[in-house]
Amino acid sequence: MAKLKPIFLLFITVIFILLGCGKGKTAFTMAGSTAFQPFAEKLADQYMANHSNVSITVQGGGSAVGIQSANSGAAQIGMADLVILPTEAKSLTSIVVAKDGIAVVVNPKNQVNNLSTDQVRDIFNGKIANWKEVGGVDAAITVVSREAGSGTRSSFEQIITNITLKKDALIQDSNGTIRETVANDANSIGYLSHGLINDKIKPLKIDGQESSSESIIAGKYKLVRPIFLLLKDAPSGEIKNFIDYILSSEGQQTIQKNGLIPAK
Amino acid sequence: MKLVGEKTVKGILGTIAFSAISALLLIALFILNEGLPFIFKYGVREFLFSSDWQPHLNKFGIFPMIAASLWVTLGAMIVGAPLGVAVALFLSEYVPQAVMRIIKPTIELLAAIPSVVYGFIGVMVLAPIIRNSFGGPGLSLLAGSIILGIMILPTVISISIDSILAVPQSFREGSLALGATTWQTIHMVIIKASKSGIIASIILGLGRAIGETMAVIMVAGNSVNIPTSPFNSVRTLTANIALEMSYATGLHRQALFATGVILFIVIIILNSIASVAIKKRTIKK
Repeated sequence: MAKLKPIFLLFITVIFILLGCGKGKTAFTMAGSTAFQPFAEKLADQYMANHSNVSITVQGGGSAVGIQSANSGAAQIGMADLVILPTEAKSLTSIVVAKDGIAVVVNPKNQVNNLSTDQVRDIFNGKIANWKEVGGVDAAITVVSREAGSGTRSSFEQIITNITLKKDALIQDSNGTIRETVANDANSIGYLSHGLINDKIKPLKIDGQESSSESIIAGKYKLVRPIFLLLKDAPSGEIKNFIDYILSSEGQQTIQKNGLIPAK
Repeated sequence: MKLVGEKTVKGILGTIAFSAISALLLIALFILNEGLPFIFKYGVREFLFSSDWQPHLNKFGIFPMIAASLWVTLGAMIVGAPLGVAVALFLSEYVPQAVMRIIKPTIELLAAIPSVVYGFIGVMVLAPIIRNSFGGPGLSLLAGSIILGIMILPTVISISIDSILAVPQSFREGSLALGATTWQTIHMVIIKASKSGIIASIILGLGRAIGETMAVIMVAGNSVNIPTSPFNSVRTLTANIALEMSYATGLHRQALFATGVILFIVIIILNSIASVAIKKRTIKK
Protein backbone atom coordinates (compact mmCIF):
# COMPACT_ATOMS: atom_id res chain seq x y z
CA MET A 1 0.00 0.00 0.00
CA ALA A 2 2.83 2.36 0.94
CA LYS A 3 4.27 2.02 -2.54
CA LEU A 4 1.02 3.11 -4.15
CA LYS A 5 0.87 6.36 -2.20
CA PRO A 6 3.13 8.49 -4.42
CA ILE A 7 1.34 7.23 -7.53
CA PHE A 8 -1.99 8.16 -5.99
CA LEU A 9 -0.73 11.62 -5.04
CA LEU A 10 0.64 12.15 -8.54
CA PHE A 11 -2.70 11.12 -10.01
CA ILE A 12 -4.59 13.62 -7.82
CA THR A 13 -2.12 16.38 -8.71
CA VAL A 14 -2.49 15.71 -12.43
CA ILE A 15 -6.27 15.87 -12.15
CA PHE A 16 -6.10 19.20 -10.32
CA ILE A 17 -3.70 20.61 -12.88
CA LEU A 18 -6.02 19.53 -15.69
CA LEU A 19 -9.02 21.03 -13.91
CA GLY A 20 -7.07 24.24 -13.35
CA CYS A 21 -6.29 24.49 -17.04
CA GLY A 22 -9.90 24.50 -18.04
CA LYS A 23 -10.82 27.33 -15.70
CA GLY A 24 -12.04 30.50 -17.42
CA LYS A 25 -10.96 29.35 -20.88
CA THR A 26 -12.92 29.32 -24.09
CA ALA A 27 -12.31 25.98 -25.74
CA PHE A 28 -13.31 24.85 -29.21
CA THR A 29 -12.45 22.10 -31.64
CA MET A 30 -11.64 22.07 -35.36
CA ALA A 31 -11.92 18.82 -37.29
CA GLY A 32 -11.82 17.63 -40.89
CA SER A 33 -9.59 17.99 -43.94
CA THR A 34 -6.18 16.40 -43.47
CA ALA A 35 -4.81 18.72 -46.15
CA PHE A 36 -5.58 21.79 -44.03
CA GLN A 37 -4.93 20.15 -40.64
CA PRO A 38 -1.22 21.09 -40.36
CA PHE A 39 -2.07 24.69 -41.27
CA ALA A 40 -4.90 24.81 -38.76
CA GLU A 41 -2.54 23.51 -36.08
CA LYS A 42 0.03 26.17 -36.86
CA LEU A 43 -2.59 28.93 -36.91
CA ALA A 44 -4.12 27.70 -33.67
CA ASP A 45 -0.71 27.63 -31.96
CA GLN A 46 0.05 31.17 -33.07
CA TYR A 47 -3.37 32.39 -31.97
CA MET A 48 -3.18 30.68 -28.58
CA ALA A 49 0.27 32.18 -27.98
CA ASN A 50 -1.33 35.63 -28.01
CA HIS A 51 -4.68 34.68 -26.45
CA SER A 52 -4.01 32.65 -23.34
CA ASN A 53 -7.75 32.46 -22.56
CA VAL A 54 -8.48 30.37 -25.67
CA SER A 55 -7.79 26.70 -26.16
CA ILE A 56 -8.18 25.22 -29.65
CA THR A 57 -8.02 21.52 -30.41
CA VAL A 58 -7.33 20.49 -34.02
CA GLN A 59 -8.30 17.06 -35.31
CA GLY A 60 -8.06 15.44 -38.76
CA GLY A 61 -10.41 12.81 -40.13
CA GLY A 62 -11.01 14.05 -43.66
CA SER A 63 -13.43 16.46 -45.29
CA ALA A 64 -16.44 14.21 -44.73
CA VAL A 65 -15.70 14.15 -41.02
CA GLY A 66 -15.36 17.94 -41.08
CA ILE A 67 -18.86 18.35 -42.51
CA GLN A 68 -20.34 15.68 -40.26
CA SER A 69 -18.84 17.02 -37.05
CA ALA A 70 -19.80 20.63 -37.82
CA ASN A 71 -23.36 19.41 -38.39
CA SER A 72 -23.51 17.31 -35.25
CA GLY A 73 -21.72 19.87 -33.09
CA ALA A 74 -18.86 17.48 -32.28
CA ALA A 75 -16.57 20.22 -33.57
CA GLN A 76 -17.36 23.92 -33.58
CA ILE A 77 -15.42 24.41 -36.80
CA GLY A 78 -15.37 21.83 -39.59
CA MET A 79 -12.69 21.90 -42.28
CA ALA A 80 -13.36 20.70 -45.83
CA ASP A 81 -11.40 20.90 -49.07
CA LEU A 82 -13.96 20.19 -51.76
CA VAL A 83 -14.78 21.93 -55.01
CA ILE A 84 -18.50 21.49 -54.48
CA LEU A 85 -19.85 21.12 -50.96
CA PRO A 86 -22.33 18.22 -50.60
CA THR A 87 -25.97 18.81 -49.65
CA GLU A 88 -25.32 18.03 -45.96
CA ALA A 89 -23.18 21.16 -45.83
CA LYS A 90 -25.81 23.46 -47.37
CA SER A 91 -27.21 24.53 -44.00
CA LEU A 92 -23.75 25.39 -42.62
CA THR A 93 -22.02 28.74 -42.79
CA SER A 94 -18.98 28.28 -45.02
CA ILE A 95 -15.96 30.53 -45.18
CA VAL A 96 -13.12 30.11 -47.69
CA VAL A 97 -9.83 30.55 -45.83
CA ALA A 98 -7.33 29.32 -48.41
CA LYS A 99 -6.95 27.69 -51.82
CA ASP A 100 -4.99 24.61 -52.68
CA GLY A 101 -3.74 23.54 -56.08
CA ILE A 102 -3.76 19.88 -57.04
CA ALA A 103 -0.62 18.97 -58.94
CA VAL A 104 -0.56 16.06 -61.37
CA VAL A 105 2.82 14.48 -60.73
CA VAL A 106 5.10 11.94 -62.41
CA ASN A 107 8.54 10.51 -61.71
CA PRO A 108 11.40 12.96 -62.53
CA LYS A 109 12.77 10.39 -65.02
CA ASN A 110 9.61 10.76 -67.11
CA GLN A 111 10.15 12.87 -70.27
CA VAL A 112 6.54 14.04 -70.43
CA ASN A 113 6.14 17.62 -69.19
CA ASN A 114 2.68 18.63 -70.28
CA LEU A 115 -0.71 16.92 -70.56
CA SER A 116 -4.06 18.23 -71.66
CA THR A 117 -7.11 17.81 -69.44
CA ASP A 118 -8.44 15.23 -71.94
CA GLN A 119 -5.21 13.25 -71.74
CA VAL A 120 -5.29 13.27 -67.93
CA ARG A 121 -8.89 12.02 -68.03
CA ASP A 122 -8.04 9.27 -70.55
CA ILE A 123 -5.05 8.15 -68.48
CA PHE A 124 -7.06 7.87 -65.27
CA ASN A 125 -9.91 6.15 -67.11
CA GLY A 126 -7.50 3.66 -68.67
CA LYS A 127 -8.09 4.77 -72.30
CA ILE A 128 -4.45 5.82 -72.60
CA ALA A 129 -2.38 3.02 -71.10
CA ASN A 130 1.10 3.64 -72.48
CA TRP A 131 3.35 6.67 -72.05
CA LYS A 132 4.27 6.64 -75.77
CA GLU A 133 0.70 7.73 -76.60
CA VAL A 134 1.39 11.07 -74.89
CA GLY A 135 4.97 11.55 -76.06
CA GLY A 136 6.89 9.48 -73.52
CA VAL A 137 8.80 6.22 -73.61
CA ASP A 138 7.18 2.89 -74.51
CA ALA A 139 6.07 1.80 -71.02
CA ALA A 140 2.76 1.00 -69.38
CA ILE A 141 1.33 3.78 -67.22
CA THR A 142 0.83 3.02 -63.53
CA VAL A 143 -2.07 5.17 -62.33
CA VAL A 144 -2.05 6.07 -58.64
CA SER A 145 -5.17 7.56 -57.07
CA ARG A 146 -6.64 8.24 -53.62
CA GLU A 147 -9.29 6.25 -51.76
CA ALA A 148 -13.01 6.92 -52.26
CA GLY A 149 -14.11 9.83 -50.05
CA SER A 150 -10.82 11.70 -50.16
CA GLY A 151 -11.33 15.44 -50.65
CA THR A 152 -8.36 15.62 -52.99
CA ARG A 153 -9.77 12.80 -55.11
CA SER A 154 -13.28 14.19 -55.39
CA SER A 155 -11.93 17.66 -56.20
CA PHE A 156 -9.63 16.18 -58.84
CA GLU A 157 -12.47 14.17 -60.40
CA GLN A 158 -14.88 17.11 -60.32
CA ILE A 159 -12.44 19.44 -62.07
CA ILE A 160 -11.22 16.95 -64.69
CA THR A 161 -14.86 15.67 -65.07
CA ASN A 162 -16.15 12.30 -66.33
CA ILE A 163 -13.62 10.16 -64.50
CA THR A 164 -14.40 6.50 -63.96
CA LEU A 165 -11.15 5.41 -62.42
CA LYS A 166 -9.70 2.36 -64.14
CA LYS A 167 -10.00 -0.82 -62.13
CA ASP A 168 -6.34 -1.60 -61.69
CA ALA A 169 -5.30 1.86 -60.52
CA LEU A 170 -3.25 1.75 -57.33
CA ILE A 171 -4.91 3.36 -54.33
CA GLN A 172 -2.89 5.16 -51.65
CA ASP A 173 -4.45 6.69 -48.58
CA SER A 174 -2.55 9.95 -48.18
CA ASN A 175 -0.76 12.68 -50.10
CA GLY A 176 2.51 11.43 -48.61
CA THR A 177 2.19 7.82 -49.79
CA ILE A 178 1.18 9.03 -53.27
CA ARG A 179 4.41 11.00 -53.35
CA GLU A 180 6.47 7.97 -52.27
CA THR A 181 4.81 5.68 -54.82
CA VAL A 182 5.37 8.10 -57.69
CA ALA A 183 8.95 8.79 -56.56
CA ASN A 184 9.70 5.05 -56.58
CA ASP A 185 8.01 4.04 -59.84
CA ALA A 186 9.39 5.58 -63.03
CA ASN A 187 6.17 4.95 -65.00
CA SER A 188 3.58 6.15 -62.52
CA ILE A 189 1.30 9.17 -62.45
CA GLY A 190 -0.59 10.54 -59.45
CA TYR A 191 -1.95 13.78 -58.02
CA LEU A 192 -1.44 15.52 -54.71
CA SER A 193 -1.74 18.79 -52.87
CA HIS A 194 0.37 21.56 -54.41
CA GLY A 195 2.03 22.26 -51.06
CA LEU A 196 3.63 18.82 -50.92
CA ILE A 197 5.66 18.87 -54.11
CA ASN A 198 9.36 18.16 -53.61
CA ASP A 199 12.25 17.26 -55.90
CA LYS A 200 11.55 13.51 -55.81
CA ILE A 201 8.54 14.04 -58.08
CA LYS A 202 7.80 16.23 -61.09
CA PRO A 203 4.61 18.28 -61.41
CA LEU A 204 3.20 18.38 -64.96
CA LYS A 205 1.84 21.38 -66.78
CA ILE A 206 -1.86 21.01 -67.45
CA ASP A 207 -3.01 22.53 -70.76
CA GLY A 208 0.34 24.32 -70.81
CA GLN A 209 -0.12 25.93 -67.38
CA GLU A 210 2.30 25.37 -64.52
CA SER A 211 0.97 24.49 -61.08
CA SER A 212 2.90 27.36 -59.46
CA SER A 213 1.48 29.69 -56.81
CA GLU A 214 1.61 32.61 -59.26
CA SER A 215 -0.29 30.73 -61.91
CA ILE A 216 -2.93 29.61 -59.37
CA ILE A 217 -3.41 33.15 -58.01
CA ALA A 218 -3.68 34.47 -61.56
CA GLY A 219 -6.44 31.89 -62.15
CA LYS A 220 -4.61 30.22 -65.04
CA TYR A 221 -4.08 26.78 -63.50
CA LYS A 222 -7.41 24.99 -63.35
CA LEU A 223 -6.85 22.26 -60.73
CA VAL A 224 -7.59 24.42 -57.69
CA ARG A 225 -9.94 23.75 -54.80
CA PRO A 226 -11.07 26.06 -52.02
CA ILE A 227 -10.56 25.16 -48.37
CA PHE A 228 -13.68 25.84 -46.34
CA LEU A 229 -14.25 26.36 -42.66
CA LEU A 230 -17.78 25.25 -41.80
CA LEU A 231 -19.83 26.50 -38.87
CA LYS A 232 -23.30 25.67 -37.69
CA ASP A 233 -24.19 29.32 -36.99
CA ALA A 234 -22.68 32.61 -38.00
CA PRO A 235 -19.33 32.97 -36.18
CA SER A 236 -19.38 34.89 -32.91
CA GLY A 237 -17.19 35.55 -29.88
CA GLU A 238 -13.77 33.92 -29.76
CA ILE A 239 -14.51 31.73 -32.79
CA LYS A 240 -15.15 34.82 -34.86
CA ASN A 241 -11.94 36.41 -33.56
CA PHE A 242 -9.98 33.30 -34.53
CA ILE A 243 -11.45 33.19 -38.04
CA ASP A 244 -10.74 36.90 -38.43
CA TYR A 245 -7.17 36.11 -37.43
CA ILE A 246 -6.91 33.38 -40.10
CA LEU A 247 -8.19 35.83 -42.73
CA SER A 248 -5.92 38.66 -41.50
CA SER A 249 -2.73 39.35 -43.41
CA GLU A 250 -0.69 37.62 -40.68
CA GLY A 251 -2.79 34.45 -40.84
CA GLN A 252 -2.81 34.42 -44.63
CA GLN A 253 0.97 34.86 -44.64
CA THR A 254 1.32 31.78 -42.43
CA ILE A 255 -0.83 29.87 -44.89
CA GLN A 256 1.21 31.03 -47.88
CA LYS A 257 4.59 30.46 -46.24
CA ASN A 258 3.71 26.80 -45.74
CA GLY A 259 2.60 26.07 -49.28
CA LEU A 260 -1.10 26.94 -49.62
CA ILE A 261 -2.54 29.80 -51.62
CA PRO A 262 -4.19 32.74 -49.76
CA ALA A 263 -7.96 33.01 -50.08
CA LYS A 264 -7.94 36.41 -51.76
CA MET B 1 -7.11 -10.57 7.68
CA LYS B 2 -5.24 -12.78 5.27
CA LEU B 3 -8.47 -14.41 4.10
CA VAL B 4 -10.07 -11.07 3.31
CA GLY B 5 -7.06 -10.20 1.15
CA GLU B 6 -7.47 -13.49 -0.67
CA LYS B 7 -11.10 -12.79 -1.44
CA THR B 8 -10.39 -9.23 -2.60
CA VAL B 9 -7.72 -10.40 -5.00
CA LYS B 10 -10.03 -13.08 -6.34
CA GLY B 11 -12.74 -10.48 -6.84
CA ILE B 12 -10.42 -8.04 -8.59
CA LEU B 13 -8.94 -10.68 -10.88
CA GLY B 14 -12.42 -12.01 -11.62
CA THR B 15 -13.64 -8.55 -12.62
CA ILE B 16 -10.65 -8.03 -14.88
CA ALA B 17 -11.11 -11.44 -16.51
CA PHE B 18 -14.79 -10.77 -17.05
CA SER B 19 -14.16 -7.36 -18.59
CA ALA B 20 -11.77 -8.92 -21.11
CA ILE B 21 -14.44 -11.40 -22.16
CA SER B 22 -17.17 -8.77 -22.23
CA ALA B 23 -14.96 -6.59 -24.43
CA LEU B 24 -14.92 -9.41 -26.98
CA LEU B 25 -18.68 -9.82 -26.69
CA LEU B 26 -19.28 -6.08 -27.03
CA ILE B 27 -17.08 -5.84 -30.11
CA ALA B 28 -18.84 -8.81 -31.72
CA LEU B 29 -22.28 -7.38 -30.92
CA PHE B 30 -21.31 -3.91 -32.14
CA ILE B 31 -19.97 -5.14 -35.48
CA LEU B 32 -22.95 -7.43 -36.07
CA ASN B 33 -25.41 -4.74 -35.05
CA GLU B 34 -23.89 -2.18 -37.41
CA GLY B 35 -23.17 -4.52 -40.30
CA LEU B 36 -25.88 -7.20 -40.48
CA PRO B 37 -28.87 -4.88 -41.16
CA PHE B 38 -26.96 -3.45 -44.11
CA ILE B 39 -26.18 -6.88 -45.56
CA PHE B 40 -29.84 -7.87 -45.48
CA LYS B 41 -31.06 -4.51 -46.77
CA TYR B 42 -28.56 -4.46 -49.61
CA GLY B 43 -28.97 -8.15 -50.43
CA VAL B 44 -26.60 -10.91 -49.37
CA ARG B 45 -25.89 -12.07 -52.90
CA GLU B 46 -25.41 -8.57 -54.27
CA PHE B 47 -23.05 -7.69 -51.41
CA LEU B 48 -20.94 -10.85 -51.59
CA PHE B 49 -20.82 -11.54 -55.32
CA SER B 50 -21.04 -8.20 -57.09
CA SER B 51 -17.69 -6.74 -58.08
CA ASP B 52 -18.90 -3.14 -58.27
CA TRP B 53 -17.47 -1.17 -55.33
CA GLN B 54 -18.32 2.47 -55.96
CA PRO B 55 -19.32 4.03 -52.65
CA HIS B 56 -20.22 7.41 -54.18
CA LEU B 57 -22.77 5.65 -56.43
CA ASN B 58 -24.02 3.49 -53.52
CA LYS B 59 -22.65 0.33 -55.11
CA PHE B 60 -21.13 -1.98 -52.55
CA GLY B 61 -19.98 -5.31 -53.98
CA ILE B 62 -17.11 -6.82 -52.05
CA PHE B 63 -16.36 -9.79 -54.29
CA PRO B 64 -13.00 -8.38 -55.48
CA MET B 65 -11.95 -7.91 -51.85
CA ILE B 66 -13.03 -11.42 -50.87
CA ALA B 67 -11.13 -12.84 -53.85
CA ALA B 68 -8.10 -10.71 -52.98
CA SER B 69 -8.12 -11.75 -49.33
CA LEU B 70 -8.31 -15.42 -50.29
CA TRP B 71 -5.59 -15.15 -52.95
CA VAL B 72 -3.22 -13.18 -50.72
CA THR B 73 -3.77 -15.64 -47.88
CA LEU B 74 -3.26 -18.61 -50.20
CA GLY B 75 -0.07 -16.98 -51.49
CA ALA B 76 1.13 -16.41 -47.93
CA MET B 77 0.49 -20.10 -47.22
CA ILE B 78 2.47 -21.17 -50.28
CA VAL B 79 5.38 -19.00 -49.14
CA GLY B 80 5.13 -19.42 -45.38
CA ALA B 81 3.85 -22.92 -44.65
CA PRO B 82 6.54 -25.08 -46.33
CA LEU B 83 9.26 -22.73 -45.08
CA GLY B 84 7.89 -22.72 -41.54
CA VAL B 85 7.39 -26.49 -41.34
CA ALA B 86 10.85 -27.11 -42.81
CA VAL B 87 12.45 -24.81 -40.24
CA ALA B 88 10.48 -26.50 -37.45
CA LEU B 89 11.56 -30.00 -38.58
CA PHE B 90 15.19 -28.97 -38.94
CA LEU B 91 15.30 -27.30 -35.54
CA SER B 92 13.58 -30.11 -33.69
CA GLU B 93 15.15 -33.12 -35.42
CA TYR B 94 18.57 -32.16 -36.77
CA VAL B 95 19.85 -29.55 -34.34
CA PRO B 96 20.87 -30.15 -30.72
CA GLN B 97 18.27 -28.97 -28.19
CA ALA B 98 20.67 -26.34 -26.82
CA VAL B 99 21.04 -24.68 -30.23
CA MET B 100 17.28 -24.83 -30.81
CA ARG B 101 16.70 -23.05 -27.51
CA ILE B 102 18.67 -20.09 -28.89
CA ILE B 103 17.27 -20.12 -32.42
CA LYS B 104 13.59 -20.57 -31.58
CA PRO B 105 13.25 -17.37 -29.49
CA THR B 106 15.18 -15.53 -32.18
CA ILE B 107 12.62 -16.60 -34.77
CA GLU B 108 9.82 -15.66 -32.42
CA LEU B 109 11.29 -12.14 -32.39
CA LEU B 110 9.98 -11.87 -35.97
CA ALA B 111 6.54 -11.61 -34.41
CA ALA B 112 7.66 -8.58 -32.40
CA ILE B 113 8.47 -6.52 -35.49
CA PRO B 114 5.59 -4.08 -36.08
CA SER B 115 3.65 -4.77 -39.28
CA VAL B 116 4.30 -1.25 -40.55
CA VAL B 117 8.00 -2.14 -40.66
CA TYR B 118 7.27 -5.23 -42.77
CA GLY B 119 5.20 -3.00 -45.03
CA PHE B 120 7.98 -0.46 -45.28
CA ILE B 121 10.51 -3.12 -46.28
CA GLY B 122 7.99 -4.45 -48.79
CA VAL B 123 7.54 -1.02 -50.39
CA MET B 124 11.22 -0.11 -50.41
CA VAL B 125 12.84 -3.45 -51.30
CA LEU B 126 10.38 -6.04 -52.53
CA ALA B 127 8.11 -3.92 -54.75
CA PRO B 128 10.99 -2.46 -56.85
CA ILE B 129 12.43 -5.98 -57.33
CA ILE B 130 9.07 -7.30 -58.55
CA ARG B 131 8.52 -4.23 -60.74
CA ASN B 132 11.93 -4.51 -62.36
CA SER B 133 11.90 -8.25 -62.95
CA PHE B 134 8.26 -8.90 -63.89
CA GLY B 135 6.84 -5.50 -64.86
CA GLY B 136 3.58 -4.12 -63.52
CA PRO B 137 3.36 -1.72 -60.61
CA GLY B 138 5.32 -3.90 -58.15
CA LEU B 139 2.80 -3.24 -55.40
CA SER B 140 0.94 -6.46 -56.02
CA LEU B 141 -0.66 -9.69 -54.91
CA LEU B 142 2.78 -11.32 -55.04
CA ALA B 143 4.39 -8.67 -52.82
CA GLY B 144 1.54 -9.03 -50.31
CA SER B 145 1.86 -12.82 -50.30
CA ILE B 146 5.61 -12.79 -49.73
CA ILE B 147 5.44 -10.23 -46.90
CA LEU B 148 2.56 -12.08 -45.22
CA GLY B 149 4.35 -15.39 -45.73
CA ILE B 150 7.27 -14.04 -43.72
CA MET B 151 4.97 -12.53 -41.09
CA ILE B 152 3.27 -15.87 -40.36
CA LEU B 153 6.60 -17.73 -39.98
CA PRO B 154 6.91 -17.29 -36.20
CA THR B 155 3.37 -18.63 -35.66
CA VAL B 156 3.88 -21.64 -37.92
CA ILE B 157 7.38 -22.42 -36.62
CA SER B 158 6.79 -22.17 -32.89
CA ILE B 159 3.50 -24.13 -32.83
CA SER B 160 4.94 -26.77 -35.21
CA ILE B 161 8.03 -27.19 -33.03
CA ASP B 162 5.84 -27.61 -29.95
CA SER B 163 3.78 -30.32 -31.59
CA ILE B 164 6.82 -32.10 -33.07
CA LEU B 165 8.53 -32.14 -29.67
CA ALA B 166 5.34 -33.56 -28.18
CA VAL B 167 5.86 -36.73 -30.23
CA PRO B 168 7.15 -39.29 -27.68
CA GLN B 169 10.87 -40.01 -27.87
CA SER B 170 10.07 -43.77 -28.02
CA PHE B 171 8.53 -43.28 -31.50
CA ARG B 172 11.84 -41.92 -32.79
CA GLU B 173 13.86 -44.62 -31.06
CA GLY B 174 11.60 -47.35 -32.39
CA SER B 175 11.91 -46.09 -35.92
CA LEU B 176 15.69 -45.70 -35.74
CA ALA B 177 16.00 -49.14 -34.20
CA LEU B 178 14.20 -50.59 -37.23
CA GLY B 179 16.99 -49.17 -39.36
CA ALA B 180 15.24 -46.05 -40.67
CA THR B 181 17.35 -42.96 -41.41
CA THR B 182 16.56 -39.61 -39.75
CA TRP B 183 14.70 -38.41 -42.85
CA GLN B 184 12.71 -41.65 -43.09
CA THR B 185 11.84 -41.27 -39.40
CA ILE B 186 10.73 -37.68 -40.01
CA HIS B 187 8.44 -38.27 -42.94
CA MET B 188 7.10 -41.67 -41.90
CA VAL B 189 6.77 -41.20 -38.14
CA ILE B 190 7.22 -37.65 -36.87
CA ILE B 191 5.11 -35.84 -39.47
CA LYS B 192 2.32 -38.41 -39.17
CA ALA B 193 2.29 -38.24 -35.39
CA SER B 194 2.33 -34.43 -35.23
CA LYS B 195 0.16 -33.81 -38.29
CA SER B 196 -2.76 -32.21 -36.50
CA GLY B 197 -0.48 -29.81 -34.61
CA ILE B 198 1.28 -28.78 -37.81
CA ILE B 199 -2.06 -28.23 -39.52
CA ALA B 200 -3.22 -26.16 -36.55
CA SER B 201 -0.08 -24.01 -36.80
CA ILE B 202 -0.77 -23.38 -40.48
CA ILE B 203 -4.39 -22.49 -39.84
CA LEU B 204 -3.44 -20.07 -37.07
CA GLY B 205 -0.94 -18.53 -39.49
CA LEU B 206 -3.75 -18.31 -42.03
CA GLY B 207 -5.88 -16.41 -39.50
CA ARG B 208 -3.04 -13.99 -38.92
CA ALA B 209 -2.51 -13.53 -42.66
CA ILE B 210 -6.16 -12.84 -43.44
CA GLY B 211 -6.46 -10.34 -40.59
CA GLU B 212 -3.27 -8.41 -41.28
CA THR B 213 -3.96 -4.87 -42.44
CA MET B 214 -1.16 -2.33 -42.32
CA ALA B 215 1.51 -4.29 -44.20
CA VAL B 216 -1.00 -5.32 -46.87
CA ILE B 217 -2.23 -1.76 -47.43
CA MET B 218 1.35 -0.70 -47.97
CA VAL B 219 2.44 -3.43 -50.39
CA ALA B 220 -0.64 -4.69 -52.24
CA GLY B 221 -1.56 -1.49 -54.13
CA ASN B 222 -5.23 -1.51 -53.10
CA SER B 223 -6.99 -1.53 -56.48
CA VAL B 224 -10.52 -2.86 -56.33
CA ASN B 225 -9.76 -5.50 -58.88
CA ILE B 226 -10.23 -9.25 -59.25
CA PRO B 227 -6.65 -10.39 -59.83
CA THR B 228 -5.82 -12.27 -63.03
CA SER B 229 -2.08 -12.57 -62.33
CA PRO B 230 0.14 -12.41 -59.23
CA PHE B 231 1.49 -9.07 -60.48
CA ASN B 232 -1.92 -7.36 -60.29
CA SER B 233 -2.60 -4.92 -57.52
CA VAL B 234 -5.34 -6.02 -55.11
CA ARG B 235 -7.31 -4.78 -52.09
CA THR B 236 -8.08 -7.13 -49.20
CA LEU B 237 -11.13 -6.98 -46.91
CA THR B 238 -9.07 -5.52 -44.07
CA ALA B 239 -7.48 -2.91 -46.32
CA ASN B 240 -10.90 -1.89 -47.60
CA ILE B 241 -12.10 -1.11 -44.07
CA ALA B 242 -8.96 0.71 -43.00
CA LEU B 243 -8.62 2.80 -46.18
CA GLU B 244 -12.13 4.18 -46.32
CA MET B 245 -13.15 4.18 -42.67
CA SER B 246 -12.09 7.74 -41.94
CA TYR B 247 -14.23 9.20 -44.70
CA ALA B 248 -17.21 6.94 -44.68
CA THR B 249 -20.61 8.16 -43.57
CA GLY B 250 -24.12 6.71 -43.81
CA LEU B 251 -24.54 3.69 -46.08
CA HIS B 252 -20.83 3.60 -46.92
CA ARG B 253 -19.96 3.33 -43.22
CA GLN B 254 -22.47 0.50 -42.75
CA ALA B 255 -20.99 -1.26 -45.78
CA LEU B 256 -17.57 -1.15 -44.13
CA PHE B 257 -19.00 -2.65 -40.95
CA ALA B 258 -20.62 -5.31 -43.11
CA THR B 259 -17.18 -6.00 -44.60
CA GLY B 260 -16.03 -6.44 -41.00
CA VAL B 261 -18.84 -8.95 -40.38
CA ILE B 262 -17.68 -11.09 -43.31
CA LEU B 263 -14.07 -10.92 -42.11
CA PHE B 264 -15.17 -11.78 -38.57
CA ILE B 265 -17.07 -14.84 -39.80
CA VAL B 266 -14.12 -16.05 -41.89
CA ILE B 267 -11.69 -15.69 -38.98
CA ILE B 268 -14.05 -17.43 -36.51
CA ILE B 269 -14.35 -20.37 -38.90
CA LEU B 270 -10.56 -20.60 -39.30
CA ASN B 271 -9.91 -20.39 -35.58
CA SER B 272 -12.53 -23.04 -34.82
CA ILE B 273 -10.91 -25.40 -37.30
CA ALA B 274 -7.53 -24.73 -35.67
CA SER B 275 -8.78 -25.35 -32.15
CA VAL B 276 -10.47 -28.59 -33.20
CA ALA B 277 -7.18 -29.70 -34.77
CA ILE B 278 -5.25 -28.82 -31.61
CA LYS B 279 -7.76 -30.67 -29.42
CA LYS B 280 -7.39 -33.77 -31.58
CA ARG B 281 -3.67 -33.70 -30.98
CA THR B 282 -3.98 -33.56 -27.19
CA ILE B 283 -6.47 -36.41 -27.16
CA LYS B 284 -4.13 -38.55 -29.25
CA LYS B 285 -1.31 -37.95 -26.83
